[in-house]
Amino acid sequence: MADSKRLTARKAGQKRSRAKSSTPKSKADKRAAKPRSKASKSSTKLRTKASAKTAKSRAKVSAKPTKSPTKASAKSAKSRTKVSARSTKSPTKSTKSRAKGSAKSAGSPAKVVKDSTRRSNASDLAKQHRDISVSEFFAKNRHLLGFDNPSKALLTTVKEGVDNSLDACEEAGIIPDIRVSISQISETRFRVIIEDNGPGILRAQVPKVFGSLLYGSKFHRLRQSRGQQGIGISAAGMYGLLTTGKPIIITTRTGRKKDAHHLELVIDTKLNAPKIKRDDVVEWDKQHGTRVEIELEGAYRGGQHSVDAYIRQISLANPHAEITYVPPKAEEHGAEHVFSRVTNDLPKETAEIKPHPYGVELGVLMQMFRDTAARNVRSCLQTDFSRVSAKTATEILKKANVPPTRRPGEVSRDQAESIHQAIQATKLMAPPMDCIAPIGEELIERALRSEVSAAFYASVSRRPAVYRGNPFLIEVGLAYGGDLPADQTVTAYRYANRVPLQYQQGACAITKAIAGTEWRNYQMQQPRGAMPVGPMLLMVHIASVWVPFTSESKEAIAHYPEIIKEIRLGLQECGRKVATHIRKQRREADAEKKRAYIVKYIPQVAIGLQQILSLNDGQRDKIVSNLTSTLEKSRKL
Amino acid sequence: MAAKKKKATTKAVRKKVPSKKTGAKAGAGSKVAQESARLDRLTVDLICSTAKDVHREILKRNKPDLTFPVRSLKNVSYSTKRGYFEIGKQKKTRTLTVNTVKSFAQTLRMMGLSKELVEGNDFATKRDAYYQSKNWGEAKFDEQPESDTVMDDIEALFSLRGASREQLRFVPDEHGGAVAGQLIVLDPDRETGEVERIDCTRFGSGAYSIPSNVEHLSFETDAKFVLAIETGGVFQRLQSHKFWQSSNCVLVSLAGVPSRATRRFIRKLSDECRIPVYAFVDCDPYGISNIYRTLKVGSGNAAHISQFFCVPQAHYLGVTPQDIIDYDLPTHPLLDVDIKRAKDALKNDPFFQTHKPWQKAIEQLLKMGVRAEQQALAKWGLNYVIEEYLPQKLDQPAKFLP
Repeated sequence: MADSKRLTARKAGQKRSRAKSSTPKSKADKRAAKPRSKASKSSTKLRTKASAKTAKSRAKVSAKPTKSPTKASAKSAKSRTKVSARSTKSPTKSTKSRAKGSAKSAGSPAKVVKDSTRRSNASDLAKQHRDISVSEFFAKNRHLLGFDNPSKALLTTVKEGVDNSLDACEEAGIIPDIRVSISQISETRFRVIIEDNGPGILRAQVPKVFGSLLYGSKFHRLRQSRGQQGIGISAAGMYGLLTTGKPIIITTRTGRKKDAHHLELVIDTKLNAPKIKRDDVVEWDKQHGTRVEIELEGAYRGGQHSVDAYIRQISLANPHAEITYVPPKAEEHGAEHVFSRVTNDLPKETAEIKPHPYGVELGVLMQMFRDTAARNVRSCLQTDFSRVSAKTATEILKKANVPPTRRPGEVSRDQAESIHQAIQATKLMAPPMDCIAPIGEELIERALRSEVSAAFYASVSRRPAVYRGNPFLIEVGLAYGGDLPADQTVTAYRYANRVPLQYQQGACAITKAIAGTEWRNYQMQQPRGAMPVGPMLLMVHIASVWVPFTSESKEAIAHYPEIIKEIRLGLQECGRKVATHIRKQRREADAEKKRAYIVKYIPQVAIGLQQILSLNDGQRDKIVSNLTSTLEKSRKL
Repeated sequence: MAAKKKKATTKAVRKKVPSKKTGAKAGAGSKVAQESARLDRLTVDLICSTAKDVHREILKRNKPDLTFPVRSLKNVSYSTKRGYFEIGKQKKTRTLTVNTVKSFAQTLRMMGLSKELVEGNDFATKRDAYYQSKNWGEAKFDEQPESDTVMDDIEALFSLRGASREQLRFVPDEHGGAVAGQLIVLDPDRETGEVERIDCTRFGSGAYSIPSNVEHLSFETDAKFVLAIETGGVFQRLQSHKFWQSSNCVLVSLAGVPSRATRRFIRKLSDECRIPVYAFVDCDPYGISNIYRTLKVGSGNAAHISQFFCVPQAHYLGVTPQDIIDYDLPTHPLLDVDIKRAKDALKNDPFFQTHKPWQKAIEQLLKMGVRAEQQALAKWGLNYVIEEYLPQKLDQPAKFLP
């Protein structure tokens, strides 16, 4: 339809230009001989009609100025974005110029057209502007949250549920026991149930936690956790609602003496608010915990992006959790898989930290000055940031030439900028590291041993390092040999805060670091600039209070040189260990081969001598035994 | 001492084949039969003493070893006085270790095979030996080049003690070249000892084919020279126009690098009938450094047998680099391999290093950057080679290259 419009516009333009070209010749004549020149008259009429028509079709101008703005706003309200508003604007210009042209030649209708050139004014446009609900936005842009296609939607749903459960258990100090079951209802419809033994959720909180986006406990603090924005599980619920119309069903209980609540929620996307469909108190055999049930359109597939791969990978990075997994069509894919826990120790509880000055951007800095409870700039620096003592705060402010006693709210933009520069020029201690909890070398290795059948295992937990003022820590696990396929590119499991990253492998800093490591030095094959080839599985974990992802879907880690360097150092450390193993293995294989060689050919030496020297069998056997012992002694086999 | 040994062995080689059996049956020359029996005993003794050394070391719980001369152009010396490549003093000792146990076993089994052949008065070609090894269980050879190498090593080992490959009863597979001209070959029958007279002028448009073993042959001829020809094409032309009749000679086709039998045949013919040998080959580095050099002084990796299998009295008639200019021959540019071969000959080959005229000729060829084939003479007419070129060349033996 838009095309046909443009076509009409172009036609009208063409006609006009033709008419124009004829005007210099007989402008006066035409006007004089108006009634006679029928052709020119009809063309004028047509032109006017055409312009009116295009204007009308755009619902902006022409004879009914009062009506059209309403129409326009209604229309733009439908599309509801700025872009569409702008797109309605741009054609105005062309209509305007066209109107001018017709005004010149056609006289009388010019006035009307001229009035209608401005399709709307600022106040009209203002009516079109309004808030966009987060829920609405994500309902339209579901790919940003990992719901781009059916198989990914299923994975994301499971992932968000499990991540939430693990975070909740750890915060409450409970050793996690999680059950994930997926059942296929029809060809494209699945029911996902995630059940944990976590602390449960207060009845009053349930609707907000599951029924509105961007409601969470983790966004406003700097602390290592799996989730960050509080979008995940409610987005999954919303996706389910959008695709199947079924509500999200929650059962939760906070303690033995408390009631178990059973709720069914739907999200009102316009209001970003939950609607409760059902709210009961029920009997539940669990003392505490939460059970979430979501029905959605999805697809169950195998491969590196599958739910199965996710469960396997997350259990590797969370050796303290026991995860029971029931895949769809249990008869086909096997019934329950239990990924049992390797340790009963919860990860160390991590401290929440304040931002380190090195990582703060100017705008954030200004905002912090505005929001602070401190009375002056110096104490603001001291209390709101980590690693800033009274002395360093004074030093910074002296460098920036800002009086330490100034009220933070009165710091000007320029002053804030010089403070920002002064911070970068001042030597500060690295941020505290107690905010990061590594998995630990021993547990990584034990987890690998229990999940991966290999001949050799190694693991490295690096010391914490810093990028842009954010502390982070790299861990590398490695399994080699055994049942791992020898002729394929190595498998790389990537983790950020114990959460597996399954998509966008190529864009990730971890992949870059693996490919950038010289594996040939460690007895492995590696095509130039690519991932190594061999019977190896690598597991790389980055733990940080703020993991820098390349995008909101949290699938790849950004390429910070500090991070890539740390990963590489970790890989090299593991590489050296595996190289020692490979060399030892080769030596043993070599010795074995030689031993076999001796057994094979010494009798032939004896037969040769027997033949030439006509020896008897006893003499022959003597040769065999003598030679064997001589050679074995010399080889120290 | 070397000369003495040479004499003894040459004689041995020449008279070996008439077997004990033949000798007894025919009654002809019991001396020959005795000599042959003595040589066979010698061969068996050599094999046995080598094996005994190995056995003794094993009983002493030491690692036995075998010492072979190094077979390569690097371990070759040449003097104009001797006229052939002589193997140098470099030795390689193969100690029985884990890594060498396989080839050690194969070497002993191969020696065993040789002993069996001598005692049974039989022979085996390289290919035969390879197939024989298939009975040796784990010691069998996977490919023939492996068995050839072991055989050449044994041959070199025993050549140090004065025994030839033929004495070990290993014979070449390769057939010899073709012969035509003023020559009668006397070939005694293996069984009866009856001598067959083969007249090489009576093969019509065909030719006599040199057998793989020529030691028992003898000759009758009044030819003035032997012309050794590289290509079959030129040989055909000279043979069909009975060039041997007009210039009273013997024609031999080399067919590329001459086989041992061909070299030995020419050598015997030239030695026994005291006639000169002229080589007529392509003017390119292959013709010069491979075909002619091997004919005259032997090959680098079989220098231990050069003594018998070369023709030191051969001379290079053509085509010389100078002929390309003198006869205005059509040419082809030298290929990279040609240039490499020529430079290698100048740098590493003791034969060319000894002969100044050859160095000049090769340098001239490299400078011209071209090569010419024998058949290039056809530019001046198909029979130009018979009517003009060869007579002119034969008139000026001084212009031959050494």
